[in-house]
Amino acid sequence: MIALSGLTRHYQVGDQMVRALQDVSLEIPDGDYLAIMGPSGSGKSTLLHLLGCLDRPTSGSYRLDGREVATLPEGDLAAVRGRTIGFVFQFFHLVPRLTAAGNVELPMLLGDVPAGERRRRAAQALEQVGLSDRADHRPDQLSGGQRQRVAVARATVMRPSILLADEPTGNLDRASGQEIIALLEQMNRDGLTLIVVTHDPEIGSRARRVVRLVDGRIVHDGAPGVTQR
Amino acid sequence: MSPPDLVRFAFTAVLGHRLRSALTLLGVGIGVTAVVLLTALGEGARLYVTRQFAALGTNLLIVLPGRTETSGIAPLVGGTPRDLTLQDAEAILRRAPRVRRIAPLAVGSARVGYRERRREVTVLGSTADLLEVRRLSVGIGRFLPPLDLSRGAPVAVIGPTVQRELFRTENPLGRPIRVGDARFRVIGVLSGKGESLGVDMDDVVIVPVASGMALFNQTSLFRILIEVRAHPEIEAARLEVLRILTARHDDVEDVTVLTQDAVLSAFNRILGALTLALGGIAAISLSVAGLGIMNVMLVAVSERTSEIGLMKALGAAPGGIQRVFLMEATLLSAAGGFLGLAVGYAGAAVMAHFLPALPASPPLWAVAAALLVAGGSGLLFGVLPARRAARLDPVAALSRR
Repeated sequence: MIALSGLTRHYQVGDQMVRALQDVSLEIPDGDYLAIMGPSGSGKSTLLHLLGCLDRPTSGSYRLDGREVATLPEGDLAAVRGRTIGFVFQFFHLVPRLTAAGNVELPMLLGDVPAGERRRRAAQALEQVGLSDRADHRPDQLSGGQRQRVAVARATVMRPSILLADEPTGNLDRASGQEIIALLEQMNRDGLTLIVVTHDPEIGSRARRVVRLVDGRIVHDGAPGVTQR
Repeated sequence: MSPPDLVRFAFTAVLGHRLRSALTLLGVGIGVTAVVLLTALGEGARLYVTRQFAALGTNLLIVLPGRTETSGIAPLVGGTPRDLTLQDAEAILRRAPRVRRIAPLAVGSARVGYRERRREVTVLGSTADLLEVRRLSVGIGRFLPPLDLSRGAPVAVIGPTVQRELFRTENPLGRPIRVGDARFRVIGVLSGKGESLGVDMDDVVIVPVASGMALFNQTSLFRILIEVRAHPEIEAARLEVLRILTARHDDVEDVTVLTQDAVLSAFNRILGALTLALGGIAAISLSVAGLGIMNVMLVAVSERTSEIGLMKALGAAPGGIQRVFLMEATLLSAAGGFLGLAVGYAGAAVMAHFLPALPASPPLWAVAAALLVAGGSGLLFGVLPARRAARLDPVAALSRR
């Protein structure tokens, strides 16, 4: 359960104050499927980073499962990211020198999961995304779609409660993109809170709920059907 | 990350940029090689000098008549010191169990002639044991025969220079030579040894000690050379000899007994310091190699910025990131250290092979220090890049591709 209230994020660029987010309040119940949409520069990435505990708000409150995380020190924040949140990025962010299995194992490596269990869970996660036969391939030996599926396996292997996807199809062809969305929606059906940042209306329209940002403010929060523009 | 995981992960990272890692490794390797080789050289020089002294006999005690006063003031009592006699020498051999051999020495200078050729030569009167005590060796013929100390004999052993000057190409064995007013028969020629303890051993004539004393009309020996059985007993032997001689001289300590150790330890100290200095110079190249590590790690951090961002997103705390990069730096420096060690030892072995006289082997302390400095510099110079990595803002780091 995510509860944002009065969340603001300003930062300084040169001598200009950028108001990336202003007074954002949002509640996201467990298991929700949310699309964050808006034109570029509207603050959707900033919001995603705040939700993912990669960034701290300038002011406001962020309660995650009832716990205030906006003011946590960096070490605790890292632990929250490791256990509660999974990330899928537009550019995959796989470690090039590690195999698919090695990449999936990485969060478990950082989370001190024993080696035997790591291997078992990585194999299981790769099977879930249909890449068991590619476990020993390096990222440069995989197609874009396959890479993103490895990334999805990596994001879910720690069994987080929230999955954050930042333009997950932005770097994929249409068919691969749809496969990834289907995969993410499957994870959502299994109980994961899925939050997708996208400017692709087709993907946005598949979400249960769309939050539209313009200039750092929420201008729409509701079912996708109602969305205009 | 558990330590084995950390090592494995850092290892894949090091292998990720092979050329750069190899070059850094080489830098550290050269530094360690330099330390190993230079200290091996210094240590070799020290051992070389020690062995030269050992060739003279480190087990050597030298007895001289009269008391050497470092104060420079002549002893007030006793007047002229008593003679150091052949009986004294015999007493030492009989009564001092720690003494293996003695060689009493009478020295004079005499004109030595064979037919019409003459030469002014140092004449040593001594005994058969001089051969062992002074580590001399005979080229042709034989050395003085073992005789009673008090018995002379008209036989002489000559040095190679004397042989060349007096006999040219003639075989000297069995030939008569004149030494002063006496006649001696040549029974042997020394093989060249060169200068030792200030006497050119190539340009001498050696005769039995009693003959020598008679020749120069001496009542006192010039020196008694004493070879002690075991080196650790040398100080005890020195006191033993001193006690015996003092007792024989009516309880007046009028002889001086020297060990070679005093001289040797001075050399040891000087050459030890030299080794240390050489090691220090080599250590400078090691610290330069440390800067190389820092450079490579800084490059690695900026190159892997997005990976660092990813690791942060996956739950790595700043401390964890720092440990990963520190481990990488340490792996590089440790591998370089072991490489340098291998090359250094190989180099020392090659050196020892081609210069057998110089026993070049690196001292253990230098090897340990080199490895420690190499590993330490990896850690030290890895800290800055690792901290930089740990402090990266995850959002900014992730936005870099």
